Amino acid sequence: MGDVPSIGSPVRRKEDMRFLTGQGTYTDDINRPGQLYAYVLRSPHAHAAIGSIDSAAAKAAPGVTAVFTGHDMVADGVGGLPCGWQIHSKDGSPMVEPPHMPLVTDTVRHVGDPVAVIIADTREQAEDAAELIEIDYRVLPAVVATTDALTSGKPKVWDTGNLCYDWEIGDRAAVDAAFAKAAHVTKLDLVNNRLVANPMEPRAAIGDYDRGTGDYTLYTTSQNPHVIRLLMGAYVLHLPEHKLRVVAPDVGGGFGSKIYHYAEEAIVTWASAKVKRPVKWTADRSEAFLSDAQGRDHVSHAELALDADGKFLALRVETTANLGAYLSTFAPAIPTILYATLLAGTYTTPAIHCAVKAVFTHTIPVDAYRGAGRPEATYLLERIVDMAAAETGIDPGELRRRNFIPRDAYPYQTPVALNYDSGDYFATLSMAQEAADYAGFPARQAAARAKGKLRGIGMATYIEACGIAPSAVAGALGARAGLYETAEVRVHPTGSVTVFTGTHSHGQGHETTFAQVVADGLGIPIEQIEVVHGDTDKIPFGMGTYGSRSLAVGGSAVVKAIDKVVAKGRKIAAHLLEAAEADIEFRDGKFQVAGTDRSKSFAEIALAAYVPHNYPIETLEPGLDETAFYDPKNFTYPSGCHIAEVEIDPDTGVTKIVKFTAADDFGRIINPMIVEGQVHGGVAQGIGQALMESCVYDPVSGQLLTGSYMDYCMPRADDLPSFDVATNTTLCTHNPLGVKGCGEAGAIGAPPAVMNAVINALKPYGITHIDMPATPQKLWRLIADHTPFPVAAE
Amino acid sequence: MATPVSMKVNGKTTSASVEPRTLLVQYLREHLGLTGTHIGCDTSQCGACVVHVDGVSVKSCTMLAVQAEGATITTIEGLANDETLHPMQAAFREHHGLQCGFCTPGMVMSAVDLVRHNPKPSDPEIREWLEGNICRCTGYHNIVKAVKAGAEAMGGSASHG
Repeated sequence: MGDVPSIGSPVRRKEDMRFLTGQGTYTDDINRPGQLYAYVLRSPHAHAAIGSIDSAAAKAAPGVTAVFTGHDMVADGVGGLPCGWQIHSKDGSPMVEPPHMPLVTDTVRHVGDPVAVIIADTREQAEDAAELIEIDYRVLPAVVATTDALTSGKPKVWDTGNLCYDWEIGDRAAVDAAFAKAAHVTKLDLVNNRLVANPMEPRAAIGDYDRGTGDYTLYTTSQNPHVIRLLMGAYVLHLPEHKLRVVAPDVGGGFGSKIYHYAEEAIVTWASAKVKRPVKWTADRSEAFLSDAQGRDHVSHAELALDADGKFLALRVETTANLGAYLSTFAPAIPTILYATLLAGTYTTPAIHCAVKAVFTHTIPVDAYRGAGRPEATYLLERIVDMAAAETGIDPGELRRRNFIPRDAYPYQTPVALNYDSGDYFATLSMAQEAADYAGFPARQAAARAKGKLRGIGMATYIEACGIAPSAVAGALGARAGLYETAEVRVHPTGSVTVFTGTHSHGQGHETTFAQVVADGLGIPIEQIEVVHGDTDKIPFGMGTYGSRSLAVGGSAVVKAIDKVVAKGRKIAAHLLEAAEADIEFRDGKFQVAGTDRSKSFAEIALAAYVPHNYPIETLEPGLDETAFYDPKNFTYPSGCHIAEVEIDPDTGVTKIVKFTAADDFGRIINPMIVEGQVHGGVAQGIGQALMESCVYDPVSGQLLTGSYMDYCMPRADDLPSFDVATNTTLCTHNPLGVKGCGEAGAIGAPPAVMNAVINALKPYGITHIDMPATPQKLWRLIADHTPFPVAAE
Repeated sequence: MATPVSMKVNGKTTSASVEPRTLLVQYLREHLGLTGTHIGCDTSQCGACVVHVDGVSVKSCTMLAVQAEGATITTIEGLANDETLHPMQAAFREHHGLQCGFCTPGMVMSAVDLVRHNPKPSDPEIREWLEGNICRCTGYHNIVKAVKAGAEAMGGSASHG
């Protein structure tokens, strides 16, 4: 233990050594003795009835061990992939919850729907044999576009139709009344473009059945191995937890797309028992595009009512959310619980109503992607606020300030269910404006105009609900699981510590951040602490990593376990030091009798616990190993302000981000280096959504047109600027670390900030709204179609 | 039909009998067990598989193993010795130029080759060079810082890597 506390220091990451030297162990790096390879044959059609499947030739192909179809799984009693969240429509009826078999039997419902699996000695043999399978498809018309799903006469994805649920939140009558007395109403139609998460590691899974013990092991690219064990074991394969181990080793990014229980996990685990050999499946990138759950895809109409002073009176929102062909694990919660509840944003808007229709289409399922609902809410809100500013002539920063929740108003109850514990939106807005030199923008804009460039500045404030989630609240909102987190702090006899966490790190640096928390909590050097995650046989339980929950919920569980270790240590110390327990203080790694110099080190206490020769054995068990479950009392509410400054070349339509500034409030920061990295990455994904990325299907055939990195425009190093990031801290009031979470902020704040800047730049053309992504082609056409009018620099 | 192939990888002579369609990245990962070289796409876009072939950075998914017959290959595992990190690896750690680590081996191998071509790259030159390496985690901000620092640390030391 150094003199400087570990918390708050930019400690270099413990995990880096293995990643930098090629020693990381990702799922595809694992090979089991006798392993076979699986290839999943997928539907080439968006919608088709399957007449027959002839796999005789494939079964006879070189190296092939087996070919299985959905009928084989059904005959074996395999169940469908369950949905983890149930939403009810406003009439009280439960959402439509169609079956979701790992391999389909009679109908394919999106391009990429899994139809058969071929298992062979090599991946190439399996892939070659797949070409010999003859499937009699009767191609049917497909419904693809979000706005087409509920149009009469369009094809149906399910017999019940294309509506999953018709949900609402808020007081419609109060909203209507407020609109009736509004001095100004701003209206906006907008689309939140569908995205593909695209972690750099494609998904992979290895099923390994042990004939000798009857044990199953699944290695998988997952953000939450315990959840996979629960869902796959209990609902799909009917395997009890004690016979099923799920390992999520090093995972190469997730961004939400590796939360869900996927068909391939069940297929390889089941098939391994059928063929009595380990079975490995690894997606190539094209397959990832066709099989990873996608994100966003909302079409919305919004109206904001303001009084004569620019105070927001009410917000009215109608959203259609595309869920794809099946319900992915968390899908129903994203456009409801994690979206509409965020529509108060940072503002005091007293009346809000949001109606959400979630629809099925013949497309790949949609679920959480970095931010999950909160980027959609923030984009809508911050676009309409900016539009209201433009319409009323009030400066966008000033309009926001007039409507911010006051600093002294916490805890603040919004009209859409959430209760904010803390925040200071004035501070982050001021910080961002200062760092962005907002005041100096008109001069820079004039200079750009002199060069023939269109320069714009845009801001967005945001609030998130993170630290998911208080279990009882989540349960009342439809969650079918608890959302606490688990930690075990195992102190070894010589005083080093292993921490087992139910969260999962796939880039976030938990092995370092959690070790910092333990180093300060127990007063021991960080080198003596190992953080273990991602293995259901090692960790008591866990709900995994998503929704910026790991530190707020998982870190709090670690603190709780540390508290138990220290409490027991005090009892042991009191015995050894022949003092009253109440007189023992624990500080800087020492148990000390208050007011004396008599003390025992943490390591001495640990040794006494495991070698209990002189020990209160009658009243205290030996050992020093504590487990804690922590259920959060509330969500956490990170917030902030992002400002983008852009320059558009009217001749090419290319937007250059000249400067990007983020001022965020994440509560207490354990490792500022890691937090900055999280913001950078989130902002890059947000800029990607705003300017480059879009998942495009052919509107008739349902073919995925952006199915590779040749077509789906991923942000590259030369597309992005460096970022100017800063933090202002207000502590979370209800978790022991005072932390709020930082993983999603960038992806939430950046899209509206960038789009507000782009639209600001195009003001001379009278353009008031553009849907994302603002690609060069789109902007070039718009500029070509509009005549500029002279505008003085602002 | 298997074809014999042999090449020097990280200082050791290696050989195997491979299918002619075997890519260099498959040879490294599947035949030699050098799993530090990653596969992130199937269109030669992402750069997770960059290695050095005869001293030049190459996406090892764009090359057949048989095309590397007789070549000298360096992968991320062979960039430094067991005791110390290469200055570029050390710079990535110091400047938090990696998060999930999946793109990192290709990114580091590409960056080392950049510095061999251009010992003092500017930020725009770094960003342009790394255009063929996709990272989804870092937003590239810290990668650029790391490459700049790595280049400085490599300065004047032509023997690295």
